Amino acid sequence: MMPVRIQVNGATVDAEVEPRTHLADFLREQAGLTGTHLGCEHGVCGACTVELDGAPARSCIQFAVRCDGGAIRTIEGFEDDPLMRRLRAAFSAEHALQCGYCTPGMLITARDIVTRLPHLGGAEGEARIRSELAGNLCRCTGYQGIVRAIQRVLRQSPGGGDAA
Amino acid sequence: MKAAAFSYRRAADPGEACAWLAAGQGLAKAVAGGQSLGPMLNLRLAQPSELIDLWGIGALREASESGDSVFLGALVTHAAIEDGRVPDPAGGFLQRVAARIAHRGVRNRGTLGGSLAHADPAADWVSTMRLLDATFLIHGPEGRREVASGEFMRAAFTTALGDADVLLGVRVPRFSLSARFGWFKFCRKVGDFAEAIGGVAVDPARGIRRAVIGATAGAPRLVADVAAVLAGDPAAIEAEVLAAGCDDPCEFQLHAAALRRAVAEVSAG
Repeated sequence: MMPVRIQVNGATVDAEVEPRTHLADFLREQAGLTGTHLGCEHGVCGACTVELDGAPARSCIQFAVRCDGGAIRTIEGFEDDPLMRRLRAAFSAEHALQCGYCTPGMLITARDIVTRLPHLGGAEGEARIRSELAGNLCRCTGYQGIVRAIQRVLRQSPGGGDAA
Repeated sequence: MKAAAFSYRRAADPGEACAWLAAGQGLAKAVAGGQSLGPMLNLRLAQPSELIDLWGIGALREASESGDSVFLGALVTHAAIEDGRVPDPAGGFLQRVAARIAHRGVRNRGTLGGSLAHADPAADWVSTMRLLDATFLIHGPEGRREVASGEFMRAAFTTALGDADVLLGVRVPRFSLSARFGWFKFCRKVGDFAEAIGGVAVDPARGIRRAVIGATAGAPRLVADVAAVLAGDPAAIEAEVLAAGCDDPCEFQLHAAALRRAVAEVSAG
């Protein structure tokens, strides 16, 4: 076992981990944050996506011991985030989820798309959004609703109202 | 899908990593971003006794420019290249290649050096660096050495790196503003590993005309008869693809089409 100190959603978590414990297991079982979902556990499905040191990353192929001294933001850490609030509302309005298993990872990727590529709101942005979403698998929606939800947020004014 | 047990150490500099890897006698494994090794550990395809973490070695994250080349440290991420946060010696070509590697969540952690050291034939950088004729800088038990692009990757998942060697980065020759590049890869879905790669670099000011066939069963292969391939000669393209070992009918078609499309990118306008 090795000691780690990791910032999780702004709070300091001190824990002992086995080197082979991946970050997602650490978050779910030691930090008690079960919003991070595990799908494939080999970096393909994107369900376990969290923010690691400020950028989206797959938590199933990262080991907790490697994150010692780092900062993690899980889906729970976006509770009061204004942009995530708008994304949650848009996901609901556009039926961008059914079973919800992929949704935590989808939302974190969606937030990254909206912040990094703010120009994709138009019809011509759809192909790029689909390409950016290719690392997050959804078996329910066919992605239609997810793409529409992201575009809905991109078309809103920063304050949250629908742009004219 | 849980990795087998291993011990873990975080190296402060390449020398320390090299010494620890040497002490591991082939059972220790260096890890950079972990985007290839992580899945292999979870699937237990790799079961090292010890993981030597290079991620904290800040010097390996640096990039520097000189008059005729750009040095990219091994820990430069695909996302850093995609975003233009490091200099691009080939006028945006590296940026374009980086943007199509896997997915953003992977590109944020995955590194240039990790991908090269892993040497999956289907990955982009091994073929890109062969096409651009990069030089590989390595820190080993006997000190530093340089390896030419054609000598680095020897076969699938096999490179010139010894058990205790640490890849420091690559030095990529600078191309002129008039250089043109073609890059085409077939993937089942966006972000998947490539099933075939074709790449072309033409820089009249530097006298460079090169083409590469990648995602083969082994190391990428530089095209021998470049003039004929760049002229679009179908027989020459087919002969080069066969010489790269792609003789399965489906594989042959994909590689021939990838190379044709890369050539077309350079030829068009």
